[in-house]
Amino acid sequence: MKSLILSALLTLSAAPVLACETFTLGDLNIEHAWSRATIGADRPGVFYVEITNNGSTDDALIGIATPAAGMPMLHETVVTDGIASMPHAMSIPVPAGQTVELAPGGYHGMLMGLTTTLAEGDSFPVTLSFQNAGEVVVNVEVLSLRAEGPDCDDAN
Amino acid sequence: MRRRQLILGLGGASGALAFTLGLGWLQSRGRAQPPAALLPLPIGEMGFALTNHRGEPVRPADWIGRPTMAFFGFTWCPDVCPTTLSDISGWLDELGPDADRLNTVFITVDPERDTQQVLADYLANFDPRITGLTGPLAEVERAVAGFRARFEKVPRDGDYTMDHTAGVFLFRADGRFASIIDYHEDRRFSLPKIRRVLT
Repeated sequence: MKSLILSALLTLSAAPVLACETFTLGDLNIEHAWSRATIGADRPGVFYVEITNNGSTDDALIGIATPAAGMPMLHETVVTDGIASMPHAMSIPVPAGQTVELAPGGYHGMLMGLTTTLAEGDSFPVTLSFQNAGEVVVNVEVLSLRAEGPDCDDAN
Repeated sequence: MRRRQLILGLGGASGALAFTLGLGWLQSRGRAQPPAALLPLPIGEMGFALTNHRGEPVRPADWIGRPTMAFFGFTWCPDVCPTTLSDISGWLDELGPDADRLNTVFITVDPERDTQQVLADYLANFDPRITGLTGPLAEVERAVAGFRARFEKVPRDGDYTMDHTAGVFLFRADGRFASIIDYHEDRRFSLPKIRRVLT
């Protein structure tokens, strides 16, 4: 009963806390780290995040790692002549003074070889590796399969 | 003499190989890769026999009489398909009861993995008015050809992914093609396009 009330409260709360957390690494601000629930662990999961470079030097996201997936990688959804494809992104530029979004329909982390099903409400750590700034671990919140992004007060 | 036979033999073999390759290329071009400029056929002129995620047979003629919103995808993709399905669920929400008059169909381009049961499990997460279609690869290819859409299986890290037409196709109730909602199109234009086929 208690857990029922708890889960009802969690469902009702408008702003999921985790995905709205901000992480800092040098001049980089990293926020809105989220993923979508998966059906089983056979399908790849996804990882989205927003990175702001407040410094004066360009940087780049060069890799991701997580205990949640055996083979995480960076991809970009590209639509050419109406055809969607998903090439590897060797690195994602994070130019000085700009914000780069890994968001639905563009750059995203593709989590191949999930170690477990990602259920709504779960969270897992992802280590982001940057060319200059080094590494930082962020908490990723799993939203519903239908989610289009976290509902943070500061979003948009 | 023997040498000449050998050369002739080789020539014949490579000729046959080139012919086979050429034929294969023509076939795959003809089936799945029509020129991009062609418009989708009217639904009444399409021919395919697929099965929906509830196990019922579906033919294009079944759609005539109601406007149709259709798109291609596969459930193994983590980005485009959940995003499109979630967009469509949002549109159906906004249209409200009007959306009940639409055939809203998701056709998999990966029937190998997207069986009827897989589609049923996947679509349970989205608006129940979205119908998933799967079937033999040849029938999926016929459907794709009718829409003048394209798809391609791409090997990737010991697995594979599918490149595919990402737009959402809209047809009028009589089956005539109306418009496409492009993947990156501003969402403000999507609902008016759908409302136009509903009137």
